[in-house]
Amino acid sequence: MTTNTTAHESHLATTTGLDHRKLLMWLFLASECLFFGSLIATFLLYKDASVVGPQPHEILNIPVTSTSTFVLLTSSLAMVLALAAVQRNDVVSARFWIFATAFLGATFLGFQVYEFYEFVIHGLTPKTNVFGASFFTLTGFHGAHVTVGVIWLMSLFFYSFRHGLPAERSLDVELCGLYWHFVDIVWVVIFTVVYLIGSLEPAAT
Amino acid sequence: MATAVGAFGGADHAASKSGVWSWITTVDHKRIGILYGVTAVTFFLIGGFEALLIRLQLAEAESTLIAAGLFNQLFTMHALTMIFLAIMPLGAAFFNFIVPLQIGARDVAFPRLNALSYWLFLFGALLLNSSFIFGGAPDVGWFAYANLTALEYSPSSAVDFFALGMLVLGVSSLAAALNFIITILNLRAPGMTLMRMPVFTWMTLVVSFLLVFALPILTVGLVQLLFWREFGMPFFSAEAGADPLLWQHIFWLFGHPEVYILILPAMGIVSEILPTYSRKPLFGYSTVVFAGVAIGFMGFAVWAHHMFTVGLGSIALAAFSASTMLIAVPTGIKIFNWIATLWGGSIQFTTAMLFALGFVALFVIGGLSGVMHASPPVDTQQQDTYFVVAHLHYVLFGGSIMGLFGGIYYWFPKMTGRLLSEGWGKLHFWLMFIGMNVTFGPMHLVGIDGMPRRINTYDESMGWELLNQIETVGAFIIALSVAVFLVNFFKSVKSGEPAGDDPWDGRTLEWSISSPPPEYNFARIPVVHSNEPFWDQKHPELKHDAPPVIAGGADGEAEESIHMPNPSYWPIVVGFGTALAAGLVIVNPWLASIGAVIGLLGIYGWVFEPAGPEHH
Repeated sequence: MTTNTTAHESHLATTTGLDHRKLLMWLFLASECLFFGSLIATFLLYKDASVVGPQPHEILNIPVTSTSTFVLLTSSLAMVLALAAVQRNDVVSARFWIFATAFLGATFLGFQVYEFYEFVIHGLTPKTNVFGASFFTLTGFHGAHVTVGVIWLMSLFFYSFRHGLPAERSLDVELCGLYWHFVDIVWVVIFTVVYLIGSLEPAAT
Repeated sequence: MATAVGAFGGADHAASKSGVWSWITTVDHKRIGILYGVTAVTFFLIGGFEALLIRLQLAEAESTLIAAGLFNQLFTMHALTMIFLAIMPLGAAFFNFIVPLQIGARDVAFPRLNALSYWLFLFGALLLNSSFIFGGAPDVGWFAYANLTALEYSPSSAVDFFALGMLVLGVSSLAAALNFIITILNLRAPGMTLMRMPVFTWMTLVVSFLLVFALPILTVGLVQLLFWREFGMPFFSAEAGADPLLWQHIFWLFGHPEVYILILPAMGIVSEILPTYSRKPLFGYSTVVFAGVAIGFMGFAVWAHHMFTVGLGSIALAAFSASTMLIAVPTGIKIFNWIATLWGGSIQFTTAMLFALGFVALFVIGGLSGVMHASPPVDTQQQDTYFVVAHLHYVLFGGSIMGLFGGIYYWFPKMTGRLLSEGWGKLHFWLMFIGMNVTFGPMHLVGIDGMPRRINTYDESMGWELLNQIETVGAFIIALSVAVFLVNFFKSVKSGEPAGDDPWDGRTLEWSISSPPPEYNFARIPVVHSNEPFWDQKHPELKHDAPPVIAGGADGEAEESIHMPNPSYWPIVVGFGTALAAGLVIVNPWLASIGAVIGLLGIYGWVFEPAGPEHH
């Protein structure tokens, strides 16, 4: 652990050397793990417990969701490129990649709206059965997190026109990136647990 | 503290030091701590009043003083108020006031977020209690088990008030916990390594981590509860294939860490008080710290002992029984360390010391009855009886409340610059100690005899009347002791003896500065060489190696410019908007957008608030 030797100066260095806000984001994401963990646990308990259909294996559309998963994972690449551009003071590229990240995120949300719409048409609503209740709550909260991320990215995008995105303020983008990658990783878990495992026909029913 | 800094002592700053507005806009951790403390004591009185009504009803067999429905509201709100609105925020009051002083910091890492935590707590508490006016308070127990909370069994809005109030309070606690972890990790004075932190600061850190990991679990449960009731999503409907036990698992996965969230601050306080009045270092500092951390970890692995009678299966019973017995080990380690701290010390029996000793004695009793129902067969006998009520009050009243009152007597001089009267204080202690045992001691007996919890009355032929009458007398002795405390408090605030900077010959940094501390706490940030830096500075002769000197304190020449955060009214706006949105959900989800708009405007103002003159 580094000891803070510059504390007597008016700009306090932190004890750990990490920025307060960066630590805040990591801790917040740690808390979010338990939030999504509880929602995923509920889904696992309920996926095959519904008394009435549709059951998960009858309705989950793996090809469509694979596509949207690919889109969302690509957005993480764009996010990495955005931060790299900010750090080398290339505001034009940074702006482009931030917009690209938001655009890919919004595309993912479009897929999700389409998926929800299809499910409702095929008779699965949040009220239909316990699968529907746990599925829509889990993926809905994930979608809400993506939405917040898109709003955050677009705020950075518009902010860059008024104030630029100087390298010394790259933390502003990095924090958004931490959040964005986390939301992506949660989706990787959801895709595996809800879609790939969830769509298997239960062995003995 | 790179953000939101203003030059301390500037003209704009001097204007906002007194009056209501200065309290509304304050971001000073000491003032926020006082706000937390005063609010928590107020709710402690309300929760205590509810307890007195409960005891009055139970004093007589087949009493009709309080109707059954109201009785249910009273015991539910008594628990919610004492846990979430009294003990937790009283702990938060000390986190706020004391932790930055103990680590040699000038404020917390996020001062405005800290203010938001307080306002969310206040408005969330008001939302929860406003249910008394709007159609009845929650009446389903503080754990609100499904299916009792189903729309068909609880048709009023009471359960919605419970869920939404708890969500707001949860956001408040989460924000505070994040803030304190970062403050403790990132704002320590030079030289204060983790293993030099005072034990109270350590316990604050552990509690904050417990909150960060436990609260999101409760949030998910509350969201499911609300979606079930409001939108008909069948989360806990057995007829739709759901498992109502899911709620119990989720609730206790939060609820058991919550128990340690309530007790660890008191353990931290006691670990400060005992060394000070024994004039000895804490025995086995590192062991006490690691025991606290171990309790924090293991606290997540024992939740199902609240559910031994629901039919978990023998393997789960054995596992959770073992983990529950195991968690008594670090707790026992702490007890032995505290006793060893007393051993051979020059003990001063001040009021704070009496409360700390009372804590150790009563917590041992409560801890032992806890180990008793770690055994599933024993628990099956005790489940839902007054024996459990006795146990939980010995740990929460005998433990948390005793420890927190000890903290009030110990740190009141630092907070106000005046001493609480020792005479009144000792009267307070003895009345509370005796009243506590008279109230909760007999509950062991009626509990063993089979008296169920949460019943509003009992048949005379059960033979429980005498013990219940004794308990009620005890409750009024406790009430008297609280009245003595209030008299002492108000007298001492106005005309108490001046305390001086260091009335107890303290050992940690908070005693090295003036009482009350200046807004910036430390004129010069001290340099720390041990885990009792102030004691070592006062007593260099006790050290074998080179005497450590901490340059610091409030008296020394101040640094040229100390930057303190500017006051802000956005935290109260965001807090009000959030709680209003939660409250309006009950009326109509669309109306909630009014609160949401206020909250969002508040966040907008917050983000773009001028950071004040920056100095480099």
